[in-house]
Amino acid sequence: MGKYLLRRLAINVILVAIAASLAYMLAATTMNPRGAYEGRQPPVAESVIDATLDEYNLNDKTPVLVRYGTWAKGVITGDFGRTWNGGSVNNEMGRRIMVSLRLLLIGTLVGFAVGVALGAISAVKQYKLSDRFIGVSSFVIMAVPVFVLATLLAIATYNLNRGLGFSLIEYTGEYNPRLSGFDQFLNRLNHLILPTISLSLGLIAFYSRIQRNMMLDVLNQDFVRTAMAKGLRRRTALTKHALRTALIPAATYFAFAFGTMFTGATFTEKIFAWHGMGAWLVDSINQNDVNSVAAVTFFTAVCVLFAAFLSDLLVAALDPRVRVS
Amino acid sequence: MRAKVVLRRLLRNKQARYGSIALILLVGLAYLGPFVGPYDWTEKDFLAFLSPPGGDHWWGTTTIGQDMYAVTLRGMQKSIIIGFLVAIISTGLAAIVGAFAGYFGGWVDKALMWGVDLLLVLPSFLIIAIISPRLREGASWLWFVVLLAAFSWMITSRVVRSMTLSLREREYVLAAVYMGIPRWKIIFRHIVPNLSSLLIIDATLNISGAVIGEAALSFFGFGIQPPDVSLGTLIAEGSRNATGYPWLFAFPAGLLVLLVLSVNLIGDGLRDALDPGSNS
Amino acid sequence: MSILEVRDLTVTFPGGIEAVRGVSYEVERGEVLGIVGESGSGKSVTSLAVMGLLPANAVVSGSVKLHGRELLGMKEDEQIKVRGKTISMIFQDPLSAFTPVYTIGDQIAEAVRVHQNVGKDKAAKRAVELLDLVGIPNPSLRAKAFPHEFSGGMRQRAMIAMAIANDPDLLICDEPTTALDVTIQAQVLEVLKTAQRETGAGIVMITHDLGVIAGMADRVVVMYAGRPVEQGPVDDIYYRPRMPYTMGLLASIPRIDGEEGPLVPIDGNPPSPASLPPGCPFAPRCPMKVDMCDDEEPPLTPFGSGRHVACIRSHEIEHKGLTGADVFPVPVIPPNEVVRVPRAERPTVLELDDMIKHYPLLKGAIVKRRVGTVYAVDGISFDIAQGETLALVGESGCGKTTTLQQIMQLQPPEGGRVVVLGRDSAKLDKAGRKSLRGDLQIVFQDPMAALDPRMPVGDIIAEPLRAHGESDVRAKVEELLELVGLAAEHAERYPQQFSGGQRQRIGIARALALEPKLLVLDEPVSALDVSIQAGVINLLDELKSRLGLSYLFVAHDLAVVRHLADRVAVMYLGRIAEIGTVENVYDRPAHPYTQALLSAIPLPDPELERTRKRILLEGDLPSPADPPSGCRFRTRCPKFAVLSEAERRRCVDEEPSVARLTNAVDHGAACHYAEEVEVITASDNQEEE
Repeated sequence: MGKYLLRRLAINVILVAIAASLAYMLAATTMNPRGAYEGRQPPVAESVIDATLDEYNLNDKTPVLVRYGTWAKGVITGDFGRTWNGGSVNNEMGRRIMVSLRLLLIGTLVGFAVGVALGAISAVKQYKLSDRFIGVSSFVIMAVPVFVLATLLAIATYNLNRGLGFSLIEYTGEYNPRLSGFDQFLNRLNHLILPTISLSLGLIAFYSRIQRNMMLDVLNQDFVRTAMAKGLRRRTALTKHALRTALIPAATYFAFAFGTMFTGATFTEKIFAWHGMGAWLVDSINQNDVNSVAAVTFFTAVCVLFAAFLSDLLVAALDPRVRVS
Repeated sequence: MRAKVVLRRLLRNKQARYGSIALILLVGLAYLGPFVGPYDWTEKDFLAFLSPPGGDHWWGTTTIGQDMYAVTLRGMQKSIIIGFLVAIISTGLAAIVGAFAGYFGGWVDKALMWGVDLLLVLPSFLIIAIISPRLREGASWLWFVVLLAAFSWMITSRVVRSMTLSLREREYVLAAVYMGIPRWKIIFRHIVPNLSSLLIIDATLNISGAVIGEAALSFFGFGIQPPDVSLGTLIAEGSRNATGYPWLFAFPAGLLVLLVLSVNLIGDGLRDALDPGSNS
Repeated sequence: MSILEVRDLTVTFPGGIEAVRGVSYEVERGEVLGIVGESGSGKSVTSLAVMGLLPANAVVSGSVKLHGRELLGMKEDEQIKVRGKTISMIFQDPLSAFTPVYTIGDQIAEAVRVHQNVGKDKAAKRAVELLDLVGIPNPSLRAKAFPHEFSGGMRQRAMIAMAIANDPDLLICDEPTTALDVTIQAQVLEVLKTAQRETGAGIVMITHDLGVIAGMADRVVVMYAGRPVEQGPVDDIYYRPRMPYTMGLLASIPRIDGEEGPLVPIDGNPPSPASLPPGCPFAPRCPMKVDMCDDEEPPLTPFGSGRHVACIRSHEIEHKGLTGADVFPVPVIPPNEVVRVPRAERPTVLELDDMIKHYPLLKGAIVKRRVGTVYAVDGISFDIAQGETLALVGESGCGKTTTLQQIMQLQPPEGGRVVVLGRDSAKLDKAGRKSLRGDLQIVFQDPMAALDPRMPVGDIIAEPLRAHGESDVRAKVEELLELVGLAAEHAERYPQQFSGGQRQRIGIARALALEPKLLVLDEPVSALDVSIQAGVINLLDELKSRLGLSYLFVAHDLAVVRHLADRVAVMYLGRIAEIGTVENVYDRPAHPYTQALLSAIPLPDPELERTRKRILLEGDLPSPADPPSGCRFRTRCPKFAVLSEAERRRCVDEEPSVARLTNAVDHGAACHYAEEVEVITASDNQEEE
C-alpha cells in the first residue's frame, strides 16, 4: 500500500508540474504586463519599464523559455515570483489561501452531508411528497448558475436588512475589522452564511440526485432483501445495508465535485467581495499578472488532485473489495 | 422500431413533455420574438435610459438606452447556438476518444486517458479565460465554442471508456471479431451505436452545461465580447445594478434558468425513456 | 399439523400482470416440498410473497398461514418477529445476497442478534459455530472475511448458516444451487440435508432442476404459467405423470444415464404472463390438445392418494397408461453419412498439441503490477476428426473457455500448436487468417448477449457474409433462417422480439452463414429452459448430419454432452484429466475426478437418487495461479486419500499426463492409478409401463 501511495504521489506531482507549466507558458505568451506601465502619465521611459519588468521576470523581450526557467527555478525553491506590480506572490497567496479553503471546506462538507442525507431520504420515500419536493427543488436549483444564485441571495439579504432596519446577515466581505475577540468570531460566522449557502446549495442538489439514484439502484438488490429476510425492519435494512453500500459510488463523485467547487468559489468570492484565490484568478487575468495566474493554477491543480486522492482513500475506507488489492 | 418505442415512452414522460414544450417556446421566442418587438437590438433610444418595463419598451431599457427585450432575445440566440454546438462537438469527441481508448486498450488507452487526466487537472475556466478575450477578431465566438467544447468532454469519455470495456467482452462483439471484421469498423458498428442512449442523454445535459459555462465566462468578461451580447454578458451587466434596476437582471437571468431547466427536463426524461432500468 | 399452509395465493403486478394465479400447498414438519417450473412460471414470486418481501406495488391475495397464523396483511412489527426466526430463506445468487461491505461473520451475527437477546461477542461466537456446522474450514478466521473473498460454494454455505441461525421451522430455498458447479452443488445439497436434520425444519425447495428435486423432495408441485398444474408425492410425479406438461418436461431432460439420440422437444414457448391464452395455458404447446382445452382453464382437481392434476384428459392418460414418449413424438434425425467411414480414415479438422496459455496475475486498483501467473491452460492436446463432436467439459475455472478463445483467435499460442483444417495458426498471414475464419465459426452461450440489440436479425446474419464479400446476401439470409427453423420474414425483426430458443437459432444461423467446416459451440443451451433446450440440441444434431459439420462442444452439463457428443475430454485446472468416447468415459470413468463429476450429477429419478452413492469432493477448486505440485487433483482426490504414503509420493512429485488405458481403443486418463469404475447405474424404470 505504501509503495502504491508513493507512486501515486509521484504521478500527481508530475501532473501538477505540467499543469502549472502549461498555464505559465500560456499566460506568459499571451498576457501583456507591459501594458500597465506603457499607458502611464507622465510616460515612463522604456528602459525603466524594461528594468522593472526584468526585476519581476515579466519582460516580454526576454525569451519565454528563459523566463520559464527562472520561474520554474523559483517554484522549486518555493518562490512563486512577483505580481505585476512587484508584490510577492507568496505573500498574496498566504493571505488568500485560508480565505478560500475555509469557504471550500465548509461548503464541500455541508454540501456532501446534506446532499447525501436528502438523497437517502428521497430514495426511501420514493414517490412520496417529500421525495417529490426534494426532487423538484434540486432540479430547479441545478438549473440556477452560481452567479445568479449568489446575486439573488445578495438582493434578498439587502432587502431583508433594509426591511429590518439593521444588518441581520452580512453580504459583503469576510469580517468586520473593527470588531475584536468573540464578537469578531461571530461576525466572521455571519459573513460565512451567504457564501456557504450559495456555494453548497448546488452541491446539495447534485448530491441529492446522485445519492437518490445510487440508493434506488441498491434498494432492489438482493442483499437488501436478505437483510429484510433476516428479520430487520425495512428502515434498518435501508440505512444499515443499502445506504452504507450506496455511499461508495457517491464517494467517487467527491473528486469531481471538488473540481467544480473551485469555479463556484470564484463567483461566490467575487460577488460577496471575499479576497480569496478565486477572486484572485479573475483579478490576475484582468491585470495581466502572469506569475499570479500560474500560482492560482498550481493551487487548483493541487486541490483537484488532493480531492481525487481523498476520494480514493474514502472509497477504500468504505469498500472492502478495493481495500484488499 | 426501437425509435418508435422510445418516442412513445418519451411523450408519455411528463418531464420530457413539459421540457420539450418549454424548450420549443424558448427557442421560438429567441428566434421569432425579435420580429414582433418594436426595436432592433442595435438601436439606442436616447429618450429612455434605464426606463422600467412597460409601454414602448416591454422589458425596459439599459443604461445606454437599448431595448431590453431585443437585446435579451439576441443574447439568448447566442446562448442557444453555443449550447447546441458545444454539446454536439464535445459528445462526439467523448464518444470517439472513449471508445478507442476502451476498445484498443494498451498504450492507446494509457495515452488517451493520461491526456484526459491532464485536461481535468488544468483549470479549464482559467485557460479559456486567458485565451478567449484575445480572440476578438471576426468569428471569435466560434473559437469560444471550440474552447468550451475542448474542456467539457473528459468526464463523458471516461464513462464511454468504461462502458466500452464491458461491451468489448460482449459476445456479439467477439462474434464480429471472429468473423474477421476490422477493429475500427467494430467500434462504429457495434460499440458506438450501443452507447447511443448514454450519448444522447449526455449530449442533452451537455447543452445545459455549455449554456451555463458560456454565461459564467461571459459574466467576468472572458466569454462573448462586446458589441456582441449573450445571456452571460447581460446578467453581468444587470447584476451590478440588480437592486435598483431589477429588470436588467431579472429577464436574462430568468430566461437562462428556464432554458437550462427545460433542457435538463428533456435530458432526464430521455434517460427514463432510453434506459427503462434506471430509476432517475 | 402443517407448518405452512398456502391457500389460493395470487400475486398481481402493476399493469394487471398476474405472476401467480392461485397457488395452494402445505408443508409439514421435516418434509421437503419441491416446487418445479421453468423461468417465468411464478415459482420464485410465490416464495417471496410468503416471506412478505415483494415490492410494495405487488398486490397479494389469498392466505398464507404459519402455524395457523395469517401472514398476509400482517403489520411490520409482527412480520419482523417471524422473518428469519420461524421462516428463513436461502437465495439463489449468494454473491449479491450478501452485503458487500460487511464481513460474513458480522452478517450472520446480525441475524442472531435480531431475534435473540445476546451480546455482540456471543453472537459472533455463535456465527463461528454456525459456519463450522455448514463445513467452512477455519471458521473463526473465515468469519472475518468479506463476501467477495468467499468462493460461490462457500458463500452458499454461509447463506445456509445464516438461514438456520435462529433454528427456523421452515426454510425456503430459492434455486439454492443453480449458480454452482455440480461437484459444489452436491456438497451444498449435503449441507442442506444436514441443516434440515439439525433443525428439523420443513423445506420448500424451488428449482428448475428436476434432478435436484428427485433427490431431495417428498412431494412436488409442478408450476406452469403462474399456477400449479400437477402436485403429489415425488414418485407419482416422476413415474406416473398425468399432465402432458409434466410428461413432456420429464421426457425432455437429457440424462447422463440416458441413451444417445434425439431428445423430446416441447414445441413453442411458455406464455407471457401479460397475455395468457384462453383456456389451458399449456394448450398451445400440448400434443394432446382437443378443442375443449381452449374453453376454460382446467382446475387443479384431486386425483386420489394426495395427487392433484389440472388437465381434462388426465383420466384418459391414466387409463391408457400413456408415457411421455407416447405423447411427445421423438423426432427422427437422419444418420450421418460421414460417420460410416472409420475415424482413423477421416481428415482431422482441429488439432491441439500441448497448447499453453498463461495470464499474468495482476494486482492493484489503478496501477497494475504483475504478481504471478495464472496457469489457465497448461498443455492440452486433442484432435477432432471430420463429422465428429468432441465435448470439452469441466467446471468453472478449468480453462475450457480459455482454450476456446485461443482456438478462435487464430493467433500463435504461447506454447504448443493449434492446427485448424490442416493449417497451423502460427503460420497464418492476415489474408489466410480471414479466409480460415470462414471455416471456423462459433455459437455463444448467452443468446441475449450474442446478438447486437441494435441490428435487425437479417443484418446480423448478413454481417459475416458481407465481411467476406458474398453477393446475393438476401436470398442467403432467407435460406439460413429456414435452415434453423425460423421464417424468412423474421429478418426484419430485432433480437429482443424473439424468445431465448429462437435467438439461439439466429446465432446458429449466423455461425453457419459462411458454410464453416468446424463449429465451436460455447455452452449453447445452458441459458435455455429444459423444454427449449431439447429443440436446440436436436437442431444441432440434425445440422451436423445434413451439412457434414464437426463440433467442438464446450459445456459444463454432462447430461447434454452425452446426447450430443461422440467423444469427450474432461478438463481440470488447465489440464485434461480424461478423454475418450462418450461410452467409455461415462460408463467406465477411470479418473477419480471424472468419477466424482459423474456421481455428483443428480438424476431425475427419485428411486435411483435415494439409493445412489455419491463421491463427494472436499473443498474448492485450487487457484489456477497456484496449482498443486504433481497431480493437480490430488488435494481433493478421494483416491489419493486412501493411497499408501509410498504411492502418494508419485502423485505429489510427478504430474501425470493422459495415457491410453489398456484394453481400450479410445480412452485415456491422466492418473497414475487410473482404474475404471462404474458410477452410473443404468436405469430401466424411467417410467412405469
